[in-house]
Amino acid sequence: MDSIWAYRMLLLEGTAVTVQLALGSLLLAVLLGLLGALAKLNGSPVAKAVANAYTTLVRGVPDLVLMMLLFYGGQQLVNDLGAATGLWDYVEINQFTAGIVSIGFVFGAYMTETFRGAILAIPKGQLEAGIAVGMTGPLMFRRIIWPQMVRFALPGFTNNWLVLLKATALVSVIGLHDLVANASTAGRSIREPFTFMFAVLIIYLILTAVSDVGLRWLERRYNADVRAS
Amino acid sequence: MNTAASERSFAEYLKNLSENHSPLDFMLVWDHLDRFIDGTLLTLEITVLALCLGGALAVPLAISRAYAKPIINVPVWCFTYVFRGTPLLVQIYLVYYGLAQFEMVRESFLWDPFLSKAYWCALLVFTLNTAAYTTEILRGAIETTPRGEVEAARACGMTAATMMRRIVLPSAFRRALPAYSNEVIFMLHSSVVLSTITLQDILGVGRWLNGRYYLAYEGFITAMLFYMVLVFVISRIFRLWEKHWMAHLRPRKSS
Repeated sequence: MDSIWAYRMLLLEGTAVTVQLALGSLLLAVLLGLLGALAKLNGSPVAKAVANAYTTLVRGVPDLVLMMLLFYGGQQLVNDLGAATGLWDYVEINQFTAGIVSIGFVFGAYMTETFRGAILAIPKGQLEAGIAVGMTGPLMFRRIIWPQMVRFALPGFTNNWLVLLKATALVSVIGLHDLVANASTAGRSIREPFTFMFAVLIIYLILTAVSDVGLRWLERRYNADVRAS
Repeated sequence: MNTAASERSFAEYLKNLSENHSPLDFMLVWDHLDRFIDGTLLTLEITVLALCLGGALAVPLAISRAYAKPIINVPVWCFTYVFRGTPLLVQIYLVYYGLAQFEMVRESFLWDPFLSKAYWCALLVFTLNTAAYTTEILRGAIETTPRGEVEAARACGMTAATMMRRIVLPSAFRRALPAYSNEVIFMLHSSVVLSTITLQDILGVGRWLNGRYYLAYEGFITAMLFYMVLVFVISRIFRLWEKHWMAHLRPRKSS
């Protein structure tokens, strides 16, 4: 316990990195998910094919593999492109960006499926009613699709967020100083690896419990006008 | 003779392609294909063993989650909550790197043959992890057993054990199958953490190849393809199973 207190700043910094990374990739994942869902539902055949390939690829490949490919391969690709075109010099993609991009990319695919299902669950008649009263596309999205989509998507969204939060632990493997990496360093240096990993375990449990409570509150809010069955 | 000739020509074709046309060195991957196959076997071995052991563990846990009094239910809930609420990577670090902190563990009879080996630590953690997820999946399925089926079983005078064995579990397994297929794929995906504790699974071989030849793409892309094939095969198998076991629930085709 004393040792954890002594290294509390390191752990807190790591927690901050983990949370920032999770929120950043969540933002990217939601954007990609909305785009993917719209592309799958009423995109052109090309957009549909791209979206389908995207979700199939991500479902087929573990996140750590994509993360490493992006971190090592993406770095190389950017620099090869720079060398070939002469537009930019050596660029270094930092781990934080690589982490956000790869986790966001992976969970964007799961969000795509969640949002697609949620949009499909909206009764067609309501969209037709929206068209009938002369709503424009964006207005219809804001007033009819979004509030109900959130309601239908929230359970899946909660699930995705919890998996995403846990996936952030993997960034320690590509060298980012997140919670897991900092705790391993501290644990190794004073030969108490178990104590520090246990602290990480507890911190992750707190993070998941807090988001569980928060998202359940959101779910209640968005379901306020629905009768309990 | 014939196969040797065709193999050589394929190798030559690959060599030509790698040297002259492609940014990727296919030849290198081809030369180390046996390692990738060994890696695949290790990935599959640990994943399948963990799934079998964890699945066996999950059945009694799920039953106790669904039916038992709080005194059993609460510890099981704690177990599933902790394993589902924390990253697998942290769990595996905790066991593989963490346990060495305790002299008691280091001096126990389990240390030398099991707990100091990455393989057994991984198997242990994977088993408990998948057991936790499977318990919750199965519990959901058990709790949604149609009331009528349970009432009918009681009316026939079945004991609780017979009812469980003949009525509740068979239908719960069927209902759990789609969710369980996801869990299996997730388990395969999570097995990449094996490469972080020095084991040579598919990703481990990919990382080794990239490290050894100082490459950025080849190892990871090959690993990616291997995982995609595995996921494809697994989801195919589960689709067949679903077809087989849920045949009586499908709407009849009009003839």
